Order: sequence, then structure tokens, then C-alpha cells
Amino acid sequence: MIELMGLTKHYGDKVAVDGLTFTVRPGIVTGFLGPNGAGKSTTMRMVLGLDNPTAGAVRIYGRHYRQLKDPLRYVGALLDAKAMHGGRSAANHLLCLARSNGIPRTRVDEVLHLVGLTSVARKRSKGFSLGMGQRLGIAAALLGDPRILMFDEPVNGLDPEGIHWIRHLMKNLAAQGRTVFVSSHLMSEMALTAEHLVVIGQGRLLADTSMAEFIRQNSRSYVRLRSPDRERLLDVLHRAGVRAVAGRGGVLEVDGVPAERLGELAAAQQVVLHELSPQQASLEEAFMQLTAGAVEYHAHNGGRPGPGRGMPPRPVVPERALSGGAPPGGWGAGWQRKRS
Amino acid sequence: MAVVGQVLRAEWVKIRSVRSTVWTLGTAVVVTVVLGVVICTLTRKDFDGMPEERRLAFDPTNMSFAGMGLGQLAMIVFGVLVVSNEYGTGMIRTSLAAVPQRGVFLFCKMLVATSLVFAVGLATSFAAFFAGQAALGGHRAHLGDPGVLRAVVGGALYMTMIALFSMAVATMLRSPMLSLGILMPFFFLISNILGNVSATRRIGRYLPDQAGSKIMQVVAPVNDETPYGPWGGFGIMAVWTVAALLVGYLLLDKRDA
Ligand SMILES: Nc1ncnc2c1ncn2[C@@H]1O[C@H](COP(=O)(O)OP(=O)(O)OP(=O)(O)O)[C@@H](O)[C@H]1O
Ligand SMILES: [Mg+2]
Repeated sequence: MIELMGLTKHYGDKVAVDGLTFTVRPGIVTGFLGPNGAGKSTTMRMVLGLDNPTAGAVRIYGRHYRQLKDPLRYVGALLDAKAMHGGRSAANHLLCLARSNGIPRTRVDEVLHLVGLTSVARKRSKGFSLGMGQRLGIAAALLGDPRILMFDEPVNGLDPEGIHWIRHLMKNLAAQGRTVFVSSHLMSEMALTAEHLVVIGQGRLLADTSMAEFIRQNSRSYVRLRSPDRERLLDVLHRAGVRAVAGRGGVLEVDGVPAERLGELAAAQQVVLHELSPQQASLEEAFMQLTAGAVEYHAHNGGRPGPGRGMPPRPVVPERALSGGAPPGGWGAGWQRKRS
Repeated sequence: MAVVGQVLRAEWVKIRSVRSTVWTLGTAVVVTVVLGVVICTLTRKDFDGMPEERRLAFDPTNMSFAGMGLGQLAMIVFGVLVVSNEYGTGMIRTSLAAVPQRGVFLFCKMLVATSLVFAVGLATSFAAFFAGQAALGGHRAHLGDPGVLRAVVGGALYMTMIALFSMAVATMLRSPMLSLGILMPFFFLISNILGNVSATRRIGRYLPDQAGSKIMQVVAPVNDETPYGPWGGFGIMAVWTVAALLVGYLLLDKRDA
């Protein structure tokens, strides 16, 4: 269990992490999401006592990291695959870590086998590919058989087979009752591995929710309607008790009513439709929408003004309900509340 | 404390598993001994042509350490690399995650490296002495002569202290290039200049290497007015080193890794 309490980090004027309070629980994979520069790596460094918090604190099973005796037996972390001396062999890299925490030498061979690096154990890590370096970093994290594992973007540089492997590894570790805390930029990746989600943007907490809840709230399906006679269509829908919401470019969006019924309604009143299409908003879009205000480093397409590739093509949150009242099902209400 | 024992063993694995250890220490041994022998050989040939007063102040023991001035540069490189290897590679984060008590980490790293340097320094010093004396032929000193054993062991202590001082400076500065860029010219040029120009000699002789090298002298040079003896000089060097270590430790303890 990792507890963050008002954790804050300033680098000069820059606020990298801003009052984070949340708990990472054992037995599940907790995904830590945020756009570039959100403060994920900084938060993880503070958990390990590498960077000193400006304010707030981190507790690991109630204790500060520096108070842990043989900390590798409590927390295993992969922060940066390059955090090793390239001139040292994989086995020696692990051996010096094992020695420092009183871990038996046999464990070195075990973890090397576990990550599939046995054949290059005597090779200097300088010559390793990105993926091999990542595996060695994971071996180091597993060395002390710790109850808590923390991975900073572990799938970086891994091939599909490697990604598959690490996904299963994380799930297995959590299934053994360990605390698994893993950062990523990719909602889709987290949707496959994480049971719980913590989303941050510009150092601030945006969401702290279970994955199931996030999906329930955000994988919204709706029907998109377009008509040259928008006002009449609205009127027809309103009289039928259907709530429509204005989307971008004059389209209407309707939640919770099948497309067939909407088509029949329009036909009965002879309203011309130019579009009638069922839609599914992706989790990736929901994530981008959630963090849109907090993205620091937008990409720009050939100098075109406006939102670049970092923005969804269409707002997932409807611009405004025309028929008033809260949308049925309270979509997005959960995490929107947490934003304030 | 159990932890200290573990960390000492870890640091020993680190130091023996990188190539820079072998080539820096190897270079220090070879350069110091070989250069010493060459200079002793040349001196023996010149000896009869030397003026009377220089012959009287001739210090055969110190002469065999003539290679130390250059050999110490390899020791400086060793000291700097032991520390900045951690920073240059990002290994420091892995290391401090494994040993978050930074004082223990630094102490163990220094102790292991210093012990190794002292062992290598002793071998170098004795090798340089015996080879140098052999090259001096009839003008040689003997280990049993007054002050000679102290000077030979002192050679090892001097090398050790130079390496330790370099480790401390590298702990402060972290970057190998910056550390070497300051230490190398300082010990090779600036200290020599300050120590040889009469106007600055008073200051120069309190610099770590100038003060420390007094321990390798058996016969005082002509017109020597150094206000400290061999151990006094070594003490001055030790004070410099302890001060640098203290600053290095305080920085390491406070700053983000
Ligand atoms: N040592 C440092 N000195 C100054 N600023 C820093 C330092 N480390 C991080 N920052 C700043 O703090 C912010 C958060 O950085 P951090 O690396 O934690 O983000 P991140 O969420 O890990 O991003 P990414 O997804 O790109 O890895 C960034 O704006 C970064 O520039
Ligand atoms: Mg990061």
C-alpha cells in the first residue's frame, strides 16, 4: 500500500506535482495516467525518496521510504531503463543490488530467468536493445520479491510480445496480492491491465476511480442525427419525450434511444434526415477530454491553429443539453465532480 | 550495523565489475613506477655533474617518487569515475533506491574505493622505491634508513588521499567532465605554478597536494622553510579532504537524485 498525502513538488517556479492525495491499494493493478509532463515520473521519484517533496508526504505501509530496512524487499521499481551502468554485466548489475539488500545470490539467476535474459547475463548492458534494458530493469524491480511494484511506462520500447508479457506479469503480480502501480499515457493500454485508475494533469488529481466505473461512465453510446430542419426535428423529439443534445456542427446527439425508434419518429412527422448513425465514444477520447485542459505540450499540425492531434475530433462531453436537466445516466458526472 | 556490511559488499561488486577500475589503477601504477625509474636512471648519470649543494640535499627516496606527479592524474581519474559513474548513467537512482540512507551509501562507496586505492598505492610505492633505488645504484637509500619507510608508506597514503579528495569533489559536482576539468589542471598546473613562484609559495604550500607530498620527503630541500613536517603536511591534506567530503555529503543528502 502506498499513501500519498498532499504530495507537492516545485522545481523553481514550476509546479510539477500539486497536492496529490490518493492511495494505491494491494491486490490490483492501479494505472497512473497523465499526458506528457503531468508529473507521473516526479511522483514516483518522490515515492522512492529520490526527490524531496516540497510539501506533503508519502507513506509505504505507514513508513517513509528512507525508514525501510532493505527497501528492495518492500518496493521494486522500474523508473528508467537506462538507470544502470552500461559497462557492467546484467548479472553484476543485479548482484550489486542484491548484495546491498541482503538478497541471496541465487535470486539473481532466478529473476534473469524470469525476464528471459539468462543467455545474456554475462554481457554488458551497454549493448542491450531498449527492450532488453527494460527487461533488466524489471528484473531489478522483482529482485527483492517485493510487496509493492512500481513501473514507469514499462511498455516503452517493447515489441508486441513483450507488451503482452508485461501485461500478464502485472496482472499476476496483483493476483498474488501485491500492490502494482504503473504509469502510462495510453488509456487503451490501461483498460486492458488496470483495475483502478488515477489520472493527473499538470500535477493535479483529475480522477481516482475504478476502471469499471470509468468505462461505465465513459464508454457512452449515442445516436447522431443531422437534419436540414434542425428546429423541427428538435420539436418532434421533444414532444416524444426524447432528450437531444447539440453536438458540433449542428448535429444532434441522443443517448439511450435506439436509432430505429428515432428514424421512425422522424419519418412519422416527415422530417428529412441527412444522418442517423449510432456512435461509440472511445475511452481514449474520454481520457483526452478529461486531460485536455491539462495538456502542456500540444502537437500542432503544420501550423494550423486550433486543437492539434492531442484533441479528440469531437467533444465527448456534449456542448450543452438543449432540453435542459442532467443527461440521463449522469454521464461523466463522477469524474467531473472530482475535477473541481 | 548489518546494513553497512551489505552495502560494503555491494560497492565491492560495483567497483570490480567495471573496466575503468582496472585501467585507471593500472595506469597509475605503471606511470608512477616507470617514470620514477627513468628519472632515477638519468639522475645517476648526471649525479657527478651536479653542484655541491644539490648533491648534499639529494633525496634518493623522494627521487624514486618522481613519477607520482603524473601517476596521480590516473588516481584522480579513478576517484572521479568511481563517483560520477553513478551520475553519468542514471545508476544513482537505482543505487539510492536500494540504499536510501545516503550517508551510509557515500561512506561505503568511499571506504571500498579508498581501501582498494591504498592497497594499490602500497604496491606502487614499494615497487617505485625498490626499482628507483636499483636504478640509482651507488646513490641509493635503504628502507632501514631514518625516515625512509615513513616516506614509502607515505607515498601510498598520498595516492589514497588524492583519490579520496577527487571522489569528494566528484560527489559535489556529479559531472565527470566538470570534475576532471577542475581537478586535472589544478593538480598538474596551478598547484605547481603557485608552489614554484616565490610570491605565491606561501599560499601554494598549503594546497592539498603540495602539503601532502611532504610526507614522501626524507631530506629537506635547500633553503627549505616549510612550516610543517611530513605528518603536518599530510594532516593539511587530510583537512582539505575531510572538508570536501563534508560538503559532498551535505549536498548529496539534500538534493534530488
Ligand atoms: N529535475 C527537474 N527539474 C526541473 N523540472 C523538472 C524536473 N523533473 C521534472 N520537471 C518538470 O516537472 C514536470 C513533470 O515532469 P514528469 O517527468 O514528472 O512528467 P511525466 O508525467 O512523467 O511526463 P512523461 O509522460 O513525459 O514521462 C515537467 O514539466 C518537467 O519539465
Ligand atoms: Mg515520465
